[in-house]
Amino acid sequence: MVGMDLTLCAAAEGLRKKAFSSVELTQSVLAAIREKDGALNAYLSVDGEGALKQAAAADAARAAGRDGDLLGIPVAVKDLINVAGQPCTCASKILTGYVAPYDATVSARLREAGAVFAGRTNMDEFAMGSSTEGSAFKVTRNPHDLTRVPGGSSGGSAAAVAGGEAIAALGTDTGGSIRQPAAFCGCVGLKPSYGRVSRYGVTAYASSLDQVGPMTRTVEDAAVLLQALAGGDPHDGTTLDVPVPDYRAALRGGIKGMRIGLPREYYIDGTDPDVMACVRRTVDACAAAGAEIVEVSLPHTEYAIAVYYIVATAEASANLARFDGVRYGHRTEKPESVFDLYARSRAEGFGTEVKRRIILGTYVLSSGYYDAYYGCAQKVRTLIRNDFTEAFKRCDVMFTPVAPTAAYRIGEACNDPLKMYLGDVFTVPANLAGICGLSVPCGRTADGLPVGLQILGPAFGECAVLRAGQAVEGEVRT
Amino acid sequence: MSQYVITIGLETHVQLKTATKMFCGCSLAFGEEPNTNVCPVCLGYPGALPVMNREAIRLTVLSGLMLGCEINRHSTFDRKNYFYPDMSKDYQISQNTHPLCLGGSVTIGTPEGPKRIRINHIHLEEDAAKINHYARFSGVDFNRCGTPLMEIVSEPDLSSPEEAMAYLQALKQILVYAGVSDCNLEEGNMRSDVNISVRPAGQEKLGTKVEIKNMNTFKGIHAALEYEIARQLAVVKSGGTLVQETRRWDPELGETQSMRGKENAHDYRYFPEPDLVPVELSDELIESWRAQLPEAPAARRERMMAEYGIPAYDAGVLADVKENADFFEAAARACKPGLGKTVSNWFMTEVMRLLSETGKGVGACALTPAALAELVTLVDEGVINGPTAKELLSDVFAKGGSPRAIVDERGLAQVSDVSALEAFIVQVFAENAKSVADFRAGKKAAAGFLVGQVMKLSKGKADPKLAGRLVAERLAEGQ
Repeated sequence: MVGMDLTLCAAAEGLRKKAFSSVELTQSVLAAIREKDGALNAYLSVDGEGALKQAAAADAARAAGRDGDLLGIPVAVKDLINVAGQPCTCASKILTGYVAPYDATVSARLREAGAVFAGRTNMDEFAMGSSTEGSAFKVTRNPHDLTRVPGGSSGGSAAAVAGGEAIAALGTDTGGSIRQPAAFCGCVGLKPSYGRVSRYGVTAYASSLDQVGPMTRTVEDAAVLLQALAGGDPHDGTTLDVPVPDYRAALRGGIKGMRIGLPREYYIDGTDPDVMACVRRTVDACAAAGAEIVEVSLPHTEYAIAVYYIVATAEASANLARFDGVRYGHRTEKPESVFDLYARSRAEGFGTEVKRRIILGTYVLSSGYYDAYYGCAQKVRTLIRNDFTEAFKRCDVMFTPVAPTAAYRIGEACNDPLKMYLGDVFTVPANLAGICGLSVPCGRTADGLPVGLQILGPAFGECAVLRAGQAVEGEVRT
Repeated sequence: MSQYVITIGLETHVQLKTATKMFCGCSLAFGEEPNTNVCPVCLGYPGALPVMNREAIRLTVLSGLMLGCEINRHSTFDRKNYFYPDMSKDYQISQNTHPLCLGGSVTIGTPEGPKRIRINHIHLEEDAAKINHYARFSGVDFNRCGTPLMEIVSEPDLSSPEEAMAYLQALKQILVYAGVSDCNLEEGNMRSDVNISVRPAGQEKLGTKVEIKNMNTFKGIHAALEYEIARQLAVVKSGGTLVQETRRWDPELGETQSMRGKENAHDYRYFPEPDLVPVELSDELIESWRAQLPEAPAARRERMMAEYGIPAYDAGVLADVKENADFFEAAARACKPGLGKTVSNWFMTEVMRLLSETGKGVGACALTPAALAELVTLVDEGVINGPTAKELLSDVFAKGGSPRAIVDERGLAQVSDVSALEAFIVQVFAENAKSVADFRAGKKAAAGFLVGQVMKLSKGKADPKLAGRLVAERLAEGQ
């Protein structure tokens, strides 16, 4: 058995040096899932047989002389990313029994790189939520404290990586769904800039905000995984065909000389003192290591949550219309008419939070309300984007908390949607602005819960956030 | 009728002639097994994203340029939300706020002279699937789902069913000329929704608007308009009030029926399509497309008159159908100069008669432009006579082949040899002594009969002019 505390890079090194095979590594991951997932509930489905076949193929390829950072590495995939032949439920009853007929572009790229698809991770239904309690199937637990949530919506991926059930995972981030669970579980999560990674084959929640990104044990692992995911895609017209830099090389820069912006609006009362203390300590350490600390302002921050819950729900109301019981997924019994088929299939298939957001989104687009809500939100979104453009003229990256609190208890927030929405206050602006953001562990609360530092970078500035993240990782460890 | 004014506007959906669908690579072949030309994108599977078909953009812009529209340099797509099984995503990708083309017009002929029908805009969208109803269930065929459709929206400038027909004919002619669509009505390439209202003459404000859907033939539109005008006039004249509504045309019953009233009008909740980036068209690109523009029908009429020396009437008839004009020009260019009018005569009389008899388009018959040119040249050179040429044309029209080769093979060349003709004439004069006597007695018509007998004896191959002259000479000799 291979120890499950391996980083992706260490696993790749082990495979290269023939310390173990991909089949052995994959068997170890499957064994860890068997052993631990009864408590964690990180996975919705595991494809052991398929994974071992892929692992054997990777071993054969390596024996034939092939090499690669992901060749033979098992990766867990959030259950809204299509992998041909695997279920893709989006943690919703409406997609019970649905098997993806095609690969998402990110899946195809990982497959091409020789990665092994071990299993599908739990999430809030259709990625709508911040605690993974919104899954229709199970509640994932935080590996640091089983009474607490792992965050969300990519909570299954975060818990699997942090809990030793996966070496690396894919998540998606629409308003913080990679960064916040990474912070809650104490792993690394990167939301790439909008247009950096293809969305083709990723079940859409909010098309203008969604991005796929890596969730890993280290910043270097995130860089390696992003390398395989990033790049333009003819199947997704919103990707930009900007050259993909060498992300691992970017890690070597060091923090010295970097200008770190502290946005005034993110350092406010209401954030948990322990969380703030961890963030402050990290900023001070970076300053001591030679970084320049700059106070910046993002004046429209206070509108971000409102804008997000208009734009995201509007897009979701259309994106989720296709789940109608006609072509795939759940179909109600004996419908009386086509509209009864729609109404009942959807009423039975969708959970409460999804329904709430569809109704919100339908409302804000309705005739007579469009200008006041959606139209207005689009204008404010431009102001938020401009805020970042201005602020990044004065700094290379920004340091902020990922979330106002560390992981909360299961059941604590799920009955108060507004409270849960407000927990996204520091992560949502990056999605609205299309910029990139990294969540990296920066300490623990008095209760021993992980705290995440958010490192924001300009659009297509992944190299800068990874470089700063690598330095933070080093500071915190030493 | 005259104390009421009728106002009609048309929204015409035209299927563009692209190889693949609007947002995916599926084929647009017509008449295939249901749900065979489909993929995750046009079936609306989770995660699938649209990819813009650039050719559909080009064809729409070409149409706009042909119709004198202004081309939007910045154009965007929107989602039109509605639930129906014919739309796989339960929203249609269309253009609401920034369509590709604005303005433009179509000129139609009316009894009062030419009339300009303004176009409001042209936008691009994807077609819905086809729903087939069976005895106990309905089925959806997604082969059509995602077909690129261009919607041409006219201003309410039409004032009779006849004008609506003239507009559609003119539009179809221009679009076929532009090569952007086959406008094949049987395959549903061109479908229109109609907006119609009536109001008393002298009233400024338009009457209550009724929209009619579900008409896919010109005949259907005409019938629906006539029915609807009569219905609306009857309501108004009897002092009733019309309601703003959407009606559908039932071709079986020959009537329009209410589908939904204003209060049940859909709220489509349009918003910008986040999966597609705006279409930005540079001046250079638009100019390069303008340079590819085919000739418009009106310009072609003028040019054909000058180039081939044919009268306005001929040019009008030939230019009416693009493939006829193409055929004529190819044939005329293959002949020596000066034969344009002759080619036009043959095409407009004999070829068009054969086309109407067989119900074929000129592209579907075996006759080629080169063959028609050869036939006309054979007549012009005096190798065959007119009657022989007509028979030969029917033959080649049905079976193909080279007229010159057939003439050689069957020995159809006319007899222009004087001694050979003299022999026929001697025989005819001998066998028809009474006619010869009649002529000499003053019945001049007998000469024609004698020429006819010579033609018959030669099995139609005698040069009729030469035979006429020789008969006349011989008759004159004897007096």
